[in-house]
Formats: sequence, structure tokens, C-alpha cells
Amino acid sequence: MSDDETYLGLGEATPEGNAAASKAGERTEADLDDNVSHRFDRLAPTDAERTVAGRPSREAVLQWWADRFGIPPETFADHTFWEKGNGKLWVLAGDAADPSDVEAVGTTVLRTRQEHWKPTTDAVQRFGSHATQNVIDLTRAEAERFAAGEDQEIERWDGDWGYLIAAHDLAGGRAILGVGLYVHGELRSTVPKGRRRDL
Amino acid sequence: MHEVLERYRPIVDEFDAFADAIERPLGKTARVNTIKADTERVREAFADAGIDATPTDWHPDLLHLDTDSPGATWPAFHGWIHTQEAVSTLPPIALDPEPTDTVWDACAAPGSKTTQLAAMMDDRGRVVANDRNMGRLSALRFNAERLGVTNAIVTNRDARNYSLDPLAVDEFDRALVDAPCSGEGTLRKNPAALDSWSEGFLADVSGVQTDILRRAVQATTPGGRVVYSTCTYAPEENEAVLDAVLESEDCRIVEQDLPLESRPGVTEWRDDSFDPSVERAARVYPHLNDTGGFFVATLEVGE
Repeated sequence: MSDDETYLGLGEATPEGNAAASKAGERTEADLDDNVSHRFDRLAPTDAERTVAGRPSREAVLQWWADRFGIPPETFADHTFWEKGNGKLWVLAGDAADPSDVEAVGTTVLRTRQEHWKPTTDAVQRFGSHATQNVIDLTRAEAERFAAGEDQEIERWDGDWGYLIAAHDLAGGRAILGVGLYVHGELRSTVPKGRRRDL
Repeated sequence: MHEVLERYRPIVDEFDAFADAIERPLGKTARVNTIKADTERVREAFADAGIDATPTDWHPDLLHLDTDSPGATWPAFHGWIHTQEAVSTLPPIALDPEPTDTVWDACAAPGSKTTQLAAMMDDRGRVVANDRNMGRLSALRFNAERLGVTNAIVTNRDARNYSLDPLAVDEFDRALVDAPCSGEGTLRKNPAALDSWSEGFLADVSGVQTDILRRAVQATTPGGRVVYSTCTYAPEENEAVLDAVLESEDCRIVEQDLPLESRPGVTEWRDDSFDPSVERAARVYPHLNDTGGFFVATLEVGE
């Protein structure tokens, strides 16, 4: 998958790519602390306030959801974002002063320390109904293949390549399936093994 | 009927109906996950698939499903439902959390009640979901994420000496102790539930249950509510635990308003007698509502 992501080179620029140098004033990544992999840390509000190298800010995360999927920043107004591990972001309703020594804060939302940020299936199922762009609507047969974790040729898509929100029509409205990686006319399902179903 | 259940003949009226009910398999029920969907849409999605989904007459978001594999359906894939035994919805109903509360779920895995609490709170406030067993915790995390729960913090500690230090709270507003137990009440869905049953296990587990409930009362704010529940009929694990905690902690058992028919807690068992207020606890027997067996009590912490 990393080859494709490197090859892609399109879609929107990721906020972290140019943020460190341009917004953090005098500091460079080398001046910041390293991430501590086993601890949850709250994202800094803005890039200028960051203290850990490579960690995106809350502002950058909200901007990414807005730029990529048209999900308004207000959607996350009552949530905080946390990092544990290298680039694994979590979203939590409300706040927590010191969630050290815990197993989870809220739910995993986004992986950021790669060229193209990748949202989780669970996050787009939870927040993806607010999306207005980069949503690919699947037929029932396509949705079944997607839910089973299969890749499939879909030629009709003429939007951005990269990570899309896949959806289908169910019980009177759009229902979010998960995250698909669209490249070369093919939609690759990223539904995790444990979430795949034969429907 | 399993021979272990003979020991309850003295405390279960209509014992034959009780014994007969346990022999019948349990129907499938699923709770609508109101964080992601509403009951009307879920029923429509099931109807599209030719599956009848009928709300129970006592819980509008709990559906009887006419299928043996509710997990392989669109509503399940989307996290719109969670298959959950009917009686298992009782403890969160008794706890009745508010969206502003901080709630402790002391023995939370695999998360049916945690996610129900989160939904009742509109995925706001805070649920602190703890379990001692790391393997079961991963099932809890899987369920919470599938159901879109974002208000839970998950911990892996021994509930008996639980520390609130790293949680940014001094005390909980409410707590649920859905205790590990001998599991007799689950016989209808799991006929092997009692294969390893022994009197010795009863003694061990009731000590653990008492210590966890004690800690929950200590960690809950004065005037706050603590719900204790098990899926066993054994007074050693139910009324005896309540009696021991009433003895050592500042709390009382209060009346409950449960939507299912139940029988009062027992004040006498073999050579023991318990505080009369244990009668406010509810014993749910399979023949009363065509469900599994359950025990639930609500305590209020002293001011």
C-alpha cells in the first residue's frame, strides 16, 4: 500500500507536510521532543504550540477533515484529539487531564505519520455522515464486496484519488460503510479483518 | 435441568416453570445503538433484508430478531445495533446515567453495558470502562469502536483497589458493578455455563464481588448511585454481597423501577440471614419474562 501512496502524489497536500517549518516560527522539528509511544498526549491547539516533533495539531486535523471530506470543524467542537504511538490519533468526547496508564481514550480516528493521512473505518462510520465531498456511493452489490474486504474496479469515479468515504443507500438514506483507497480505477476496501462481513 | 439448580428450589416459587423455562433456547435480541441510528431506520433495514425486528413491549430500542445470525446483517455492519441479551439491558436502566455524569463501569468487558451507558448519555460525559482481563478488554474496545462510542476511557486494572489518580476526577457520579459470577442465569444461551461450578468457587467469587462493590461505593460521590448486578441465582453472590457491603460502607439499598417482572431479594438462605433491605433487589427468573436469569440492586451512597 505504501507504494501506491507514494505514487499517488495527488489529492490535497497533507497539513503536516509544510506545517513545521512555516508555522512554528523559529523552531524546527529537531527542536521538538520525541513522541512517547505508550502514552496518550493531547494534540496542541495549533502548529505553533506543538512540543512534539511530527505530531499534528488539532487545527491541522480539523482542517484536514474539512479539506478532504467537507466535514465542518464544529463537528468536533466537543471532542479532543490524542496521539498514542507514532501517528495514531484518537478522538475523545470532552477532555481528560492525564490519561496516562489507560488503554484507550475514545476511539481511533486517524493515522497521520505517512504521506497521506488515513481515517479509520470506525471514525468515518461515526462522523462521515457530515461529509460533502470525496464520498463514493456504491450499489448494493458493490457495497457487499466492499464490506467483505474486496477490491473492485469502479470506472465511474472521476473525483480525487486517495482515501474516500464509501457509502451506500440503506433504509431511506446514505449509510457510511468505511474507507476505500481509490487508485487506477480500483476501489480498495480498507475494512479491517474483524469488521468484514459476508452480507 | 442442571442439578446445581436444585439448590434454589427453596427460594424459587413456581420451581417447575423455572426449570422448564431454562430448557428452552433464548430468542435473539438486539439493542438499537442510538449513537448511530434510530429504531425506525434499523427496522426498515431489517425489513429490506426480510428479517422481522419487533420492539419489546418494555424497551422500545430493544428488538426481537427473527434470525439466528444478526451479526451478518447491514445494521450490524454499520454499528446500528448490538446483539445483547434482554436482561443485560437492566443494569444501565437501573443506573439511569445523565449526559453530564462521570460513570464507572468496574467490570466492563465485553462492553454491552458500557456501550448502552454511552448511548444513554448521548455519547457525552464520561464512561470509565475497566476490566481486569486484557483479552476481554480487546472485545470491549472492538464493540465500543464499532458502535461509535467516543466518551469512554478504557482501563485495565484490578477494580478492588482501583485508583482514580490518572483520570482527572476525584469521584464518580455513578458506578456499575456487573460482577464476574458463576453465570447460572446464562444457561439458556450457554448450556455449558455450569460445567465448572463448585461451592469453593462460590466462596472465592463472592469475596471478589464484595471487594469490588465496596470500592465502587467508596469511589462514588455522596448521594450517588451504584448498581450491583450478576447473572446468577446464588444468594452467596447476591444478597450476601449486599449485606456485607451494607455492613462496612455508608450506603443503602433503594427501591428500583425496573420494566420487567421480578421477585424480591431473599433475606434467608440456609443458615444465613441478611439485612431486610435486600428485598429491594430484583431477582429476574427466566419464566417471568421469557429471558435469561439476572440479579440487580441499586444502592445510594450516604451523604
